[in-house]
Amino acid sequence: MTILEVPTPHDITEPALAGTTETMVLNMGPHHPSTHGVLRLVLELDGEIVISAAPDVGFLHTGIEKNMESKTYQKALVMTDRMDYLAPLSNNLCYALAVEKLMQVEIPERVQVIRVLLVELQRISSHLVWLGTHALDLAAMSVFLYAMREREQILDIFELVSGARMMTSYIRIGGLAYDITADFLPTVDALVEVMPSRIDEYEDLLTGNPIWLERTVGVGAIDGTSAVAYGLTGANLRATGVPYDVRKAQPYSGYETYEFQVPIGKNGDIYDRYRVRMAEMRQSVLICRQAVERLRAIGPGPYVTPDRKVAPPPKSEITHSMESLIHHFKLWTEGFKPPVGDAYVSIESPRGSLGCYVVSDGGPKPWRVHFRSPSLINLQGLHHMAKGRLVADLVALIASLDPVLGEVDR
Amino acid sequence: MNWLGLLIIIIQSFVIALAVTTAFAYLTLFERRLLARFQNRVGPNRAGPNGFLQPVADAVKLFFKEDIVPSAADKAVYLLAPAIAVIPAIIIWAVIPFGCLNIDWNYQACFAESSSGVNNILQIADINVGVLYLLAITSIGVYGITLAGWASNNKYSMMGGIRSTAQLISYELALGTAVLAVVMTFSTLSTHELVYHQGVLWGIVPQFLAFVIFMIASTAEVVRAPFDLVEAEQELVGGYNTEYGSMKFALFFMTEYIKLIAVSAMAVTFFFGGWRFPGLEMLGAGMEELAGPVVASIAVGLASLGSFLLKLVGFLFLSVWIRASWPRIRYDRLMDLGWKWLLPLGLINLAATAVAFVLIESFVLASFMLLAFSLLSLAIAAGINRVPKPIDNVTYVSDVRSRAETGQ
Repeated sequence: MTILEVPTPHDITEPALAGTTETMVLNMGPHHPSTHGVLRLVLELDGEIVISAAPDVGFLHTGIEKNMESKTYQKALVMTDRMDYLAPLSNNLCYALAVEKLMQVEIPERVQVIRVLLVELQRISSHLVWLGTHALDLAAMSVFLYAMREREQILDIFELVSGARMMTSYIRIGGLAYDITADFLPTVDALVEVMPSRIDEYEDLLTGNPIWLERTVGVGAIDGTSAVAYGLTGANLRATGVPYDVRKAQPYSGYETYEFQVPIGKNGDIYDRYRVRMAEMRQSVLICRQAVERLRAIGPGPYVTPDRKVAPPPKSEITHSMESLIHHFKLWTEGFKPPVGDAYVSIESPRGSLGCYVVSDGGPKPWRVHFRSPSLINLQGLHHMAKGRLVADLVALIASLDPVLGEVDR
Repeated sequence: MNWLGLLIIIIQSFVIALAVTTAFAYLTLFERRLLARFQNRVGPNRAGPNGFLQPVADAVKLFFKEDIVPSAADKAVYLLAPAIAVIPAIIIWAVIPFGCLNIDWNYQACFAESSSGVNNILQIADINVGVLYLLAITSIGVYGITLAGWASNNKYSMMGGIRSTAQLISYELALGTAVLAVVMTFSTLSTHELVYHQGVLWGIVPQFLAFVIFMIASTAEVVRAPFDLVEAEQELVGGYNTEYGSMKFALFFMTEYIKLIAVSAMAVTFFFGGWRFPGLEMLGAGMEELAGPVVASIAVGLASLGSFLLKLVGFLFLSVWIRASWPRIRYDRLMDLGWKWLLPLGLINLAATAVAFVLIESFVLASFMLLAFSLLSLAIAAGINRVPKPIDNVTYVSDVRSRAETGQ
């Protein structure tokens, strides 16, 4: 049984204010260049050695979960984009899957393939931001701009399908917002074509660099048992050698039909997290390739479920069919009413296991929505990994945990 | 000294101080444009043609910023620190020969060992302890940074100040051993004579090891990437200059870049023949035959200045290149590198230099012996210090569920 140590800021500041300690208390954040947003860390330092690191969250609290309770199910989806703003499509998918589970909607295969394709592209783009900022935090500044170059390409794809680059709200309950355009597949092809060589480029710059190795190997390590005890998920957990990936463990959206592997690390240090995420990007490229192939084989088709109680009918039908008009009217004025009950769905977001819990009281608005956000839970292990290390290691460690503060505070 | 000589020296100092500050301004532009090229960007190109007025715009902006002194700062020290930092950075330049323009119009004096008759207008002072002067002045700069870190009364600043003290003291020694080896090789402390002696072979050949140590130690000395821990923005926000704004910040910024140019100039002077290049003397002779001694002197002066600046730009390019590509080294590893590797290597190099020049008569032969020794010892040091790259630390599993169920 691992004893969890998650100090609070008060644990550190109170003895310091009472004057009983010899150590220095450093307030790192909420506006600090490398706390990835507005994370505040209260550090107890002995020289430059971190004795204790207490994360203080809540500076980006936006009340998303509470807000969702006052919106219809469809409208609430727009808020999910704003949680993990580096992976809005993953959030869309998680929420949509939870509501679909509640309503027991069948999703057409074509939609599922598009969803998987987009979410995997999202994973690559999110990992690219992680890679860029991680390298930037260790002062390897060029990698950041190289990573942004490819991310740009991916955001262009999102813009192509949804009209928005970041806050896409593209995956909707029951399907997608619109159909994909004709030049979608060639654009994805172009990206999938260059991506492996670009990942090689990043690895050329970092993987064998002696300074990079010195800064990452053996730093911020956590063993598998503790990682599980702290509830770490995603690449942070897999780097410790625990082979847990929601896409394999509880497949959703047809992930069980794709051929891909889950990279796992050994030592659970920053270097392993780095290698695992790099390998994940390569696996995501493989999944994208398969999805593109399937999409070509399926050809044109529906982009939403045929269930008119959930998804609106196509515009052309509304002008002919009375029923369609009624459906459309009901959906946009009142929304749909899922049966009383609750549903929990977890997906593998770029940051780890993202869970969405939706409770319905039978009305058109969710009674409660809760997200299990991996960023928040991954931060719990920070003290465990950081204690006894240097401030510089702490910076690298935060970057390697890859928290997104929008998701931490929701 | 007559009043004319004094006037000349005052004008020289004035011109060099201005030239150095201008060079700093355009180095920032050079760096930003170059970094942009490394990183797939365009860089500043709005102010003036190709961003040529960007440094002016930056300076004007900084001038108009509000001058803030933190209420809890030690005011006197806080205000004095930027001056303490910037003055050494500028006065380093007094002994560096930029070129050789003999104002008695006798270009051959430039190629004479004795510096008494040189009358070189491209060097302010050729003092006989020039190298010691350089070492002394570069070490004074640390006071400015340390005091700034302490006086700001900010924890990040203080950590930056402490880091700078530790870093500069550790690397001062290694730098000293590298320079000492050069001094031993050419048996002089005068910068003019150092350049003169490199007519046969540039200092990098006999002192390759010293060159490597010098490059690493001087980069650490001027806190450039990858040794920029003192102001590591990702760790210490701004380091020692966190609490500084307006022109006080500009002075620190200036110090850093002028020192970068200065150590590059030192590297050129010590290891790359200063302003000399093969064929310079022939150029002087040819010009004298063609157009007389005045033109010959001026031609040699301009050519030598050009050659010096070209070498200098080469070093600055290298520095920007390193900044664009490498991560920052960690504090403890930095100390480790300084004390456990550079200092011993420097001492070994000193011993080897002494032995080589005592035992071997011919300078050229001894130089090449030393070069071989340098390469060998560097290879050994790099081999021992190599960071092993973890292999097989990432494995792939495809059936996660079954493995999770078996309890792995």
